[in-house]
Amino acid sequence: MEKGTWTVKKGLAEMLKGGVIMDVTTPEQAKIAEEAGACAVMALERVPADIRASGGVARMADPTVILRIMEAVTIPVMAKARIGHFVEAQILEALGVDYVDESEVLTPADEAHHINKHEFKVPFVCGARNLGEALRRIGEGAAMIRTKGEPGTGNVVEAVRHMRMVMGEIRRLQNLPKEELMSAAREMGAPFELVAQVAETGRLPVVNFAAGGIATPADAAMMMQLGCDGIFVGSGIFKSKNPAMRAKAIVAATTHYNDPKILADVSMDLDEAMPGLEMASVAPEQRMQDRGW
Amino acid sequence: MAAKVGVLALQGAFQEHQKMLADCGVESRPIRKPEELKGISSLIIPGGESTTIGKLLQDFGLFDVILQMGREGLPIFGTCAGLIMLAGEIAGSRQPRLGLMDITVERNAFGRQVDSFETDLEIPAIGQPSFRAVFIRAPYITGAGAGVEVLARHGDKIVLARQDNCLAAAFHPELTGDRRIHNYFLRM
Repeated sequence: MEKGTWTVKKGLAEMLKGGVIMDVTTPEQAKIAEEAGACAVMALERVPADIRASGGVARMADPTVILRIMEAVTIPVMAKARIGHFVEAQILEALGVDYVDESEVLTPADEAHHINKHEFKVPFVCGARNLGEALRRIGEGAAMIRTKGEPGTGNVVEAVRHMRMVMGEIRRLQNLPKEELMSAAREMGAPFELVAQVAETGRLPVVNFAAGGIATPADAAMMMQLGCDGIFVGSGIFKSKNPAMRAKAIVAATTHYNDPKILADVSMDLDEAMPGLEMASVAPEQRMQDRGW
Repeated sequence: MAAKVGVLALQGAFQEHQKMLADCGVESRPIRKPEELKGISSLIIPGGESTTIGKLLQDFGLFDVILQMGREGLPIFGTCAGLIMLAGEIAGSRQPRLGLMDITVERNAFGRQVDSFETDLEIPAIGQPSFRAVFIRAPYITGAGAGVEVLARHGDKIVLARQDNCLAAAFHPELTGDRRIHNYFLRM
């Protein structure tokens, strides 16, 4: 019997596919998310919109908060560690969280190195803006990828940019003759073996979710139609007027992403979405997506 | 038109089952709405989150139709979350379930993700060699009625069982490329 194998780590992400993972800060919110049909929750002290507003250094959540959320629900619980902060990740593994998100939403602890995720039994999800970044994270041991988007903005434009970028680069690789793959790997700064694998299979070797700015059922369905495997919603649920209804609607939209009639039905009477931010109003030093490489 | 296997596609690892069925030479169809159930020869309920799948089954009018088809003898194969959906009793939970099998299950019974594991199972019904089984936050069957045939155990825990037209696995045969359990189901 082997625990913490690659199959088992990647396998949990497979089970999350077609689902919605929701940011929660309290056990009550976690229950609302579970009741609405979330396939997992992300335990945090503050949602990205609040982290963005309050500034300062954002760190791993207090273990008490995470444990209370783990006790409140039966679905998987994820939690965030700072980029490169392997001790925060060790602590999260010791707490028994089901997935660690090495996340740009928190303030990076290391500007040069991400966590060596192969050393852990707990699986990791990491953000990416393009295929090279995704494959570097997978090379380090990430068992799941998500687009970075721009967290806490309620603006889907960056998530769309990143998803189109990843999908476009995969299509490009598929069309390259084999002798050009090595220089493609060098250009992307990605491990050759993974580049060759993507060129062969036409897909990332792990599950790929969309994240960063998803605020409506239509946003979620659009990301699914663009080819992602599932959805992370951060601030979009608990910064909206009616979180329970919006959560349920986004779950339904993620399942029925190709059915405009159902999408219309679930988009009705949702009350106000979270307030959004135009990207031009986000100063360069406040862009979370540029954290990590 | 050739018979098609329906794969419940509300949430979870439904694509892996569809790939597996294609490898077995069988056509399949993703099921998200009641009208899509029409004409299927059998149904797979995949792994995923059982609370999510249960709610979506009810919200989109699939629950009663599948229950009826199951009672009329439609072969149904549930893996992990699918096993939970087939169970009559779920320890400590009142979440929706089809209850087509006379079994009691415990969710996340082996622990959290860090306790998820792979192991080799002896399954006499499919013969040798042993079957590489992947358990992810898996349930197991804590009690089975007289009509239930136990097909495999991990230690003393029941992890594969059949009752008439229903087959339930606590692990994920769709993740390992070994077609023998899918082929067993297709012969049911």
